[in-house]
Amino acid sequence: MAYSTLSAGEIGGRVARGEVSAETICRASLERIAALNPQLKIFLAVDEAGSLAAAAAVDKKRAAGQKLGPLAGVPVTLKDNLCTKNFPTTCASKILDGWKPPYNAAVVEALQAADAVVMGKANMDEFAMGSSCENSAFHPTYNPWNPAYVVGGSSGGSAAAVAAGLTPLALGSDTGGSIRQPAALCGVMGLKPTYGRVSRYGLMAFASSLDQIGPFARTAADAALLLSVISGHDRRDSTSTQVAVPDYGAQLAGGLKGLKVGLPQEYYGAGLDPQVRAALDAARKVWEDAGAEFVEVSLPHTEYCLAVYYLVATAEASSNLARYDGVQYGLRAGADNLIGMYGATRDQGFGPEVKRRIMLGTYALSAGYYDAYYKKALQVRTLIQRDFNEALQHCDMIFTPTSPTPAFKLGERMDDPLTMYLSDIYTISVNLAGLPGLSVPCGFTSAGLPVGLQLIGKAFEEGALLRAAQAYQSLTDWHARRPGNLA
Amino acid sequence: MAEITRETVRKIARLANLNLSESEQELYAGQLEKIVEYVHKLKELDTTGVPQTTHALPLQDVWREDEVKPSLPREDALSQAPDAVDGCFRVPRIVE
Repeated sequence: MAYSTLSAGEIGGRVARGEVSAETICRASLERIAALNPQLKIFLAVDEAGSLAAAAAVDKKRAAGQKLGPLAGVPVTLKDNLCTKNFPTTCASKILDGWKPPYNAAVVEALQAADAVVMGKANMDEFAMGSSCENSAFHPTYNPWNPAYVVGGSSGGSAAAVAAGLTPLALGSDTGGSIRQPAALCGVMGLKPTYGRVSRYGLMAFASSLDQIGPFARTAADAALLLSVISGHDRRDSTSTQVAVPDYGAQLAGGLKGLKVGLPQEYYGAGLDPQVRAALDAARKVWEDAGAEFVEVSLPHTEYCLAVYYLVATAEASSNLARYDGVQYGLRAGADNLIGMYGATRDQGFGPEVKRRIMLGTYALSAGYYDAYYKKALQVRTLIQRDFNEALQHCDMIFTPTSPTPAFKLGERMDDPLTMYLSDIYTISVNLAGLPGLSVPCGFTSAGLPVGLQLIGKAFEEGALLRAAQAYQSLTDWHARRPGNLA
Repeated sequence: MAEITRETVRKIARLANLNLSESEQELYAGQLEKIVEYVHKLKELDTTGVPQTTHALPLQDVWREDEVKPSLPREDALSQAPDAVDGCFRVPRIVE
């Protein structure tokens, strides 16, 4: 039987009822990874021994009559910027090649407590900086729908693992679109929760005022299941909030009738690929026929989001990445004095995009430029937030494209950083405002590449987004399509 | 006029502890110039009196009891060190 087509909810139920063992599920996942990973290059490291041991522990727990967690025996892929105890965690960077963290990230602990089985670590853009996975220091990842195309980024490996049916669930992180954009380009669902919803203890920091961990899944029900498991306050992350965690799975019923949906015209202008626009228009028709009401809203500072993001995110990154200096862990380059060792280690260890962003962030924070760049960006961030607060007073959620284009070809955007940055034009504003954003598959281009729509919600109303997505998925089958070239 | 000169790049690289080769300095001078030109767009906006947002959602100080709890054992902390001696991280010479 093809376990790769089962949802996480189905696997958890079958394992809990004893219809299939966690070990059988785990071995099926390992086999599929072994068959497809050589061509798609999704994983940086597969934890065969660890996953089989975790699966055996779940089976033993069931045999002993103990109650199993909500993700019993469910294989999960982790982005390689989430710390896994005694298992390599590289951020797809040479500076951390071979490093084994001495502790687990909070979300990894949560997965273990839910009886999930972690299969390994997925490829990403180095330190989560990029939109295509081409900035990985090790290798790019190839799109399961067509290997000539990128998977998006930075959580591209996590998105591709779900798209290729290697695991039904995956975790990624999203600083400016790094969950939602690869979800759209790979034809799966990806959710960036509200800032503070999920503990970031053990997530390697990129831009701390923007970073958030979130789920990849095929269905709204599976995304809800995983979000319920990872959400909640953690005293080890002072930005994780005390806001109560609902059972997101219990909030899925309700449909689209009477929903007021905002359309910001700023997200439908020049630069939007006509086939993406057509898919969005068709999806809107489905929503309208199901009783949703669309209203025009305005986000007037949209054109400034990218500039604000690239100042704020790089400034924070330049500080956060100062810790990679060759002293305590990771790469150390030879030099005869300490300062020389720092500089040589960082020059050899970081790739071009990471250096570029450290340089930009250092510049934006340096004496004489701070007011003109960093402070100005923080003020404009306030204006962007006010736009969203105002727009969301007139609607329940906002409906936009996730990415202006479908997946692009490998190598196509590598020479021009600004064009690559434009891949995130519709997603970065959501991080600046701290709101939840969900990318949902909504069609394909004539070349067979997936298209995603983005729902932006009010703070801590992930449940409303998942409910709308669930209703849309009950009316369409985009999420059920599988890449035809994969067995 | 170019804002990001080679000299500026050398200065930022020093601040960021990055030893960059001549060709990297050349590359970043050109690329950063383009990006900085782009972010000048923000100057179009009058932000007089607009407060700065450092975090998307309001954060408040959280207090807790000052309890002694176990922390990462020293040998675990040192287990991944490029060079360790006598329970400490060893680094190259600092003072001549």
